[in-house]
Amino acid sequence: MGLQKSILAQELQIRSNGSAAAAVLACGIGSILLAIFTVAADKSAALKGLLTIYKPAGPLSGVTTAAILGWLVVWVLLEVSWRRKEVSLTRVDVIAFVLLALSLLATFPPIGDLL
Amino acid sequence: MERQGNSLFLRIYLAAMAALAWLTVLSGTYVIYPWYRAAAPAGTTKLSAFPRALLLASPATRVWHSLGMEWKEHVAWLAPIAITMAAVIALQYGSQLRHHPRIRTALSGSVLSSLLAAGIVGFFGAMLDKNAPVEGGSTIHLDGGE
Repeated sequence: MGLQKSILAQELQIRSNGSAAAAVLACGIGSILLAIFTVAADKSAALKGLLTIYKPAGPLSGVTTAAILGWLVVWVLLEVSWRRKEVSLTRVDVIAFVLLALSLLATFPPIGDLL
Repeated sequence: MERQGNSLFLRIYLAAMAALAWLTVLSGTYVIYPWYRAAAPAGTTKLSAFPRALLLASPATRVWHSLGMEWKEHVAWLAPIAITMAAVIALQYGSQLRHHPRIRTALSGSVLSSLLAAGIVGFFGAMLDKNAPVEGGSTIHLDGGE
């Protein structure tokens, strides 16, 4: 009985996978945000000007700042929603890594220019 | 005891990698990159101090900017995003990672993604450095070594 209680207590202390899922999905979303801002700034002169928050570094300064802020906001929201939940991590992993791969491709200039 | 030691090492290692990744992209974007993209004053003929202008001045080296630098400057930021995710998961879960094989897989994937991004950046960084500020010139050539 005592052993069962001990095992149960240990099981209860095991953290749910929600926080990890939130971090993984936020990573994918942050990556694709970076690609979206990169391509958008490349296509729109107005957005390029708006994203030039540090002139010596050009629009790269705003593109990366906007993507990082978006990533952090999404991460916080997902963490708050999922931290005590069990989430389908397989699905989250696949979505996140597809987004990461798309980000790698979309930021590659020959492909980004086609978008 | 050994398992706890490994977990502590993993947490410290990933946190240090994340801190270094942020330091690298921030210094790269706000210190090095402005030097790279500095506009050459009108009439400048010696462009060795203006790497972007030097690369764009010749069709043989233009692609190093239009493809290499344009990709590298953005992809670099994927490395700290991915490695920070891995570090935070390691810090949050610690030795409990042993109960979560799928989280370990995701963590490994993010570390590999970060390595891939850093590899792309490192390759293009080395090639750009070779062709612009160090050697300059109008053609790309590979040294045979000594």
